[in-house]
Amino acid sequence: MSRKDPLAGKQMRMSYLFVFGYVLFLAAFGVAPTLYALYLSVHSTSGRFVWFRNFAHVRHDFRFMPAVIHVGSFLVIWLVALLILVTVLAIIVHALSQRWLSPTVRFIYYIPGAVAGASSVVLWLFVLNPTVSPVSGVLHAFGLKTFVQTISPAHLPVIFAIIAFWSGAGGWIVVMYGALNSIPTEIMEAARVDGAGAVRTAWNIQLPMMRKWISYMAVISLAAGTQLFVEPTVLSQASQGVVPIDYSLNQLAYQYAFKQTDNNGAAAIAVMLLVVCLVLSVFFVIRGGLFERD
Amino acid sequence: MSATSQRSRRYQVSPGRWLGRATVTTIVVFFILFFIIPIVWLLIATSKAPRQLLTTGAFEWGSFHSVSANWSALVHFQGGIIFHWLQNSAVYALSALVITLLTSIPAGYALALGHFHGRKVLLTTTLIVMLIPNTALVIPVFLELAAAHQIAHPLAVILPFSFFPFGVYLTYIYFSTSVPRDLLDAARLDGCGELSVFSRVALPLARPVVALVAFFSFVANWNNYFLPFLTEPGRREPIQVGLTELLSSVPAFNPTAAGVTTIELPTLALATVIAVTPVLIIFLFSQRFLVSGLTAGGTKA
Repeated sequence: MSRKDPLAGKQMRMSYLFVFGYVLFLAAFGVAPTLYALYLSVHSTSGRFVWFRNFAHVRHDFRFMPAVIHVGSFLVIWLVALLILVTVLAIIVHALSQRWLSPTVRFIYYIPGAVAGASSVVLWLFVLNPTVSPVSGVLHAFGLKTFVQTISPAHLPVIFAIIAFWSGAGGWIVVMYGALNSIPTEIMEAARVDGAGAVRTAWNIQLPMMRKWISYMAVISLAAGTQLFVEPTVLSQASQGVVPIDYSLNQLAYQYAFKQTDNNGAAAIAVMLLVVCLVLSVFFVIRGGLFERD
Repeated sequence: MSATSQRSRRYQVSPGRWLGRATVTTIVVFFILFFIIPIVWLLIATSKAPRQLLTTGAFEWGSFHSVSANWSALVHFQGGIIFHWLQNSAVYALSALVITLLTSIPAGYALALGHFHGRKVLLTTTLIVMLIPNTALVIPVFLELAAAHQIAHPLAVILPFSFFPFGVYLTYIYFSTSVPRDLLDAARLDGCGELSVFSRVALPLARPVVALVAFFSFVANWNNYFLPFLTEPGRREPIQVGLTELLSSVPAFNPTAAGVTTIELPTLALATVIAVTPVLIIFLFSQRFLVSGLTAGGTKA
C-alpha cells in the first residue's frame, strides 16, 4: 500500500482514535504514578529537593534490612521450588500416556489459581493451624503443636513460598505444557529411536526447548515476589503481631504512607521496588525473544 | 506402532522401568493431593459446628443444618455487611472489565493492523508494563490518588483496575495472527469506513479474544487485595479485604476479639468459599480459554 494513499491518512487518524483510550489509561495509571513517585522520592515532605536523602533515610531504617532479608529468603526458596517442580511436573504431565489423564491432572493442578489474594492466605491459615488442619498429622510430625509455633518467624519464608506455589504453580505448569507441545514430534520420535530414555530426552531435548519459558517464569516470579504484601499482612492480622506488620518491603512502604504520614519515604521504597521490576522487564523484553514485537 | 506390540511391551517391565513409573505416579498423586486437599477440606469445614471442627475427622461431612447456622452467623455479622462486600467486588470488577474491553480491544486492533507513528513505541511500552507486577504500581497509584484527593471513591479502584496492558497484548496477538490484513482491505475497497471495518469485520471475528480478556481482567480484579486495601476503606471494601476484616473477629486467631461479635472458624471458612466461588465457577467453565491465554505469545511461531 502506498504511503500517499489518501485512505492511509484516514486509517492513521482512526488508529490514533482506537488507541486513544488505552493511551490515556497508560498515562494516568502507568506513567503518571511512576513519575509522581519518582518526584516524591527526591523531595522532602515540605517539597524541597533533597537528592537521595529519602533513600538514605529509608535504607538506614532499622526495619529495612530485615525486610530485604525476609523478602530475599522467601524469593530464593520460592524460585528454586517453582523452577524445579514446575519443570519436572510439566514434563511428567506431558508424558502421561492416557488421553484423558493429562488434561485432568493439569486442570486439578490449576484449580488453586482461582483462590488467589487474601482468600488463599485465609485458607492456608486453616491448613497451618494444627488444631483444625486437614494435615495436622504432617504438622505434628514436624513438632508443630500450635498455630503460633507453625508461623514462627523462621518458618515464614517457607510458608509464603508454599502458599505462593500452591496458587501459582498450576498456571505455569499449563504454560510449560504448551511449550512442550510445541516441540516437533519428529524430534521426540528420533530421540526414542536413538534409544534415549525419558530422563535423557528431558535433559537433552525438552529442557533446552523450554529454556525461554523457564526464564520467562523466573523473571515474572522474581518481579512479583519482591512485591510480597498480602501474605504477611493477613498472617500478621491473624497472629496479633507474631508476624510483624513490617515484614516485607511493601508493608514497610505502607507503614511509611499510613502510619508515619511520610509519603516521600513510601515513594522511595516504591521506586526501589519499581526499578527492580522495570530492569527485569526491560531486560526480558529486549533479550528474552519470547514476545512478538514485529 | 501397533496396539499388540505396545501391549506386549507393557508386560515386559524391567525393574528400573517399574521404579521409574512408581516414582512418577507417586509425584503426580502427591501433587494432586497437595493442590486439592485444602479446597476439599474448606468445603467440608463449612458444614460443621465450631466444636465439630476440632473433634470430628477432617474429611467427615458435618450437616446441612450447620451450613445454614454458619450462613446465618455470617449474614448477621455487622448487619449483613458481607452483601456489601460482595456487591462492591462485583461493581469494581465488572465496571473495570467493561472499561478494559472498551479501551484494550480497539488498541490491540490498531497495534496489530494499523499504521501510525509511535506504534512500535506503544507496543514495546505495553510489553514492558505488562511484565511489571501490578502490585509494584499500587503504592505510586495510591500516592497519586491521594494527591488528587480521590481516595474512598469507587473510581479509585475501578480506573486503576481498568488499565490492563495484558489485555491489549492478548488482543494484539490475536489480531496479528488470526485476522488477515487483506480481509480488512477488501472491506475498505467495498467502501467501508474505518469505523465499520473495525465494528463490522474485525470485531465479530474477535469474539474469542474478547472473552479471553474479559476472563483475565475479571479474575485479576476480583482477587485484587492491595489496591482496594489502601483506597477503599470501611463499607466500600471489596470481599477480599472484607475477608481479612472477618479474620480479626475470629477468637481462634484473635483472643482479644472475644466480647464483640465473634466469628467462628466454620463461618470464616464459609465466607472464604463465597469469596472464591465466582472465580472458581468461571474457571470450571472456561478451561480451554485459559490454556490458550496463558500460552499466548511464544506459541505464535
